[in-house]
Amino acid sequence: MEKIGVTWNRLTSSKLYWPLAALFFVLLFNFFFTKDFFAIEIKDGHFYGVTIDILNRATPLMLLAIGMTLVIATKGIDISVGSMIAISGAVSASLIGGKLEYVDGVKTLVTLVPMPVAIFAALLVTTLLGMWNGLLISRVGIQPIVATLILLVAGRGIAQLITQGQIITVYYKPFQFIGTGYILGLPFSLFIVGLVFGITLYAVRKTALGMFIESIGINPIASKFTGINVSKYIFSVYAFSGLCAGLAGLIICSNVSSADGNNAGLFIELDAILAVSLGGNSLDGGRFSLLGSLIGALVIQSITTTIYALGVPPEITLVVKSVVVIIICLLQSANFRKVVFSKWAQKRGIPDAKNAAKL
Amino acid sequence: MSKWKKLTIGLSVGIMMFTLAGCGGAKQETATKPADKKIVLGFSQIGAESEWRTANTESIKASAQAAGIELKFSDAQQKQENQIKALRSFIQQKVDVIAFSPVVETGWDAVLQEAKAAKIPVILTDRSIKMSSGNAEDYYVTFMGSDFVEEGRRAGKWLVDTMKKDKDPVNIVELQGTVGSAPAIDRKTGFEEILKQNANYKIIKSQTGDFTRAKGKEVMESFLKSAKADGQKIDVLYAHNDDMAIGAIQAIEEAGLKPGKDIIIVSIDAVKGAFEAMIAGKLNATIECSPLLGDQLMAATKDLVAGKKIEKRIVTKEGVFPAEVAAKELPNRKY
Repeated sequence: MEKIGVTWNRLTSSKLYWPLAALFFVLLFNFFFTKDFFAIEIKDGHFYGVTIDILNRATPLMLLAIGMTLVIATKGIDISVGSMIAISGAVSASLIGGKLEYVDGVKTLVTLVPMPVAIFAALLVTTLLGMWNGLLISRVGIQPIVATLILLVAGRGIAQLITQGQIITVYYKPFQFIGTGYILGLPFSLFIVGLVFGITLYAVRKTALGMFIESIGINPIASKFTGINVSKYIFSVYAFSGLCAGLAGLIICSNVSSADGNNAGLFIELDAILAVSLGGNSLDGGRFSLLGSLIGALVIQSITTTIYALGVPPEITLVVKSVVVIIICLLQSANFRKVVFSKWAQKRGIPDAKNAAKL
Repeated sequence: MSKWKKLTIGLSVGIMMFTLAGCGGAKQETATKPADKKIVLGFSQIGAESEWRTANTESIKASAQAAGIELKFSDAQQKQENQIKALRSFIQQKVDVIAFSPVVETGWDAVLQEAKAAKIPVILTDRSIKMSSGNAEDYYVTFMGSDFVEEGRRAGKWLVDTMKKDKDPVNIVELQGTVGSAPAIDRKTGFEEILKQNANYKIIKSQTGDFTRAKGKEVMESFLKSAKADGQKIDVLYAHNDDMAIGAIQAIEEAGLKPGKDIIIVSIDAVKGAFEAMIAGKLNATIECSPLLGDQLMAATKDLVAGKKIEKRIVTKEGVFPAEVAAKELPNRKY
């Protein structure tokens, strides 16, 4: 009995407990109220179902959340990722070429440059933009929210400039594989996330990088005196966040085979910050959990998909979404839990100290 | 007089001469008097959410240039607050005429009262407004653009005529436009008007796709799955614009169905992308909603400045394009 108690305590005190609980409750709700939510069948050689949709749709958000987690861990924030998505899509789509020409009634595809070059260029551009953010923050000393605000505003203008205000349609089939292709029955974009997640996790947990980032987030001045090159790491996390946004942009653009300078990734920066926060990470920087952020992204997409599946009237979808998010945030707040559940906890004889210790 | 002052005056005179010379030399004697004032039109566009909107913007810009009207153009990026800001700045700059395409129907009371107080005539293009109190018509001189209710009706009529089903139930899913926008409300109203006369046609699911491809695709994916879970067959997709339909077509294909055959698709706007989809046999019909109102807008602006009275409602010319005529019609499309 005591053993179970110890395991339970270890589980509830884990950083991932509340994010996982949130995801579990959203899925549990669907299990009871959405018909066939977990039904998965095989169609055209790949898995097909609502859960696969959630995974597939959440990939851009997951990529952003990975980059955003590191940025937030340094006590920064990057609100320019949505605009960078638009730029990444615009660059890749306009380089591949949006022309579908009819020659004697036969469709002919025109590509301006080979696809790998276009993809590389898009990622290079967003990484450079991320470096620009990093430069402003680490060297010039502008506050992160202000520095990235510049690209949030200007970025969509740049994207529009590249697409010349048009929605560029990509007819080139191989490009569509990034956002709609399947490997081993699972969406290809999921493998991109897996790869980025794997590399990032290795870099921050198997090397000292993660500790440096946490240390900078907690106290940059002390970190500097310990010999950590603070500005170098701050610069790098923004560049990395730009790269993640570039990848997310490619997935979004490829999924609908078109680049929309105005709407691609609109307001997604807020969802990315929310994902990091739902993942149990503090916006104050310091300790972080990449896996938590991924779970946070999944929670957000699950809520969206649930709303569609339930047929919530379009006029109130945003209200429903926000109410769910508020409930999850309240449950994650140790302060809130202490106030609401302390009586219940006393009755059960669970010492209050445990809750207090978490504050 | 200091050296700098002399230099500035010399420079500005030089610049004035230069610009006036550019106007055609004949006007040089008026250099002392203010030159003939160009008509200034302030236009606040919603954004560039679709090919349709871009064509609309281009038509207005081109027509303004052709008509010799100075156009102050502002892009609101789908936000009402940006539009209100733009309108306020137009009022401050004392433009001759304000035109705008309201992103949503309500919330314009204060800013339009300011325009009225400044005696600047306001033209609404392609979307109408509602006032919380008082008559909205008192605040604008004309509403120029398409009749969205009629477009909805045309989509409904085309569907009923093509399906030719009197008794068998027809299940329709609907992709609505941006919640609260005039085209979304009116296209729904017009379409439902026709369905009321045909009881076997039923809208089984309806959700907003925000007029974008990405959202249209995402919502359609969900429609396909939840319809299947409920044991319903989707016969028809009605999308409030072509872009959402194009997104939804991809979702239908990924579900292993044939768009245009397994699911009949009708949408509104008639953009180029829709014609390409019709040629490929993936879209069945599109109802035209012409964005090319630039010339009509400039004519109305000139009439207003000249003090002429203009009609309260100016409707643009539009048609219906079924898939059969798509290949013939595509080369003529401007948007």
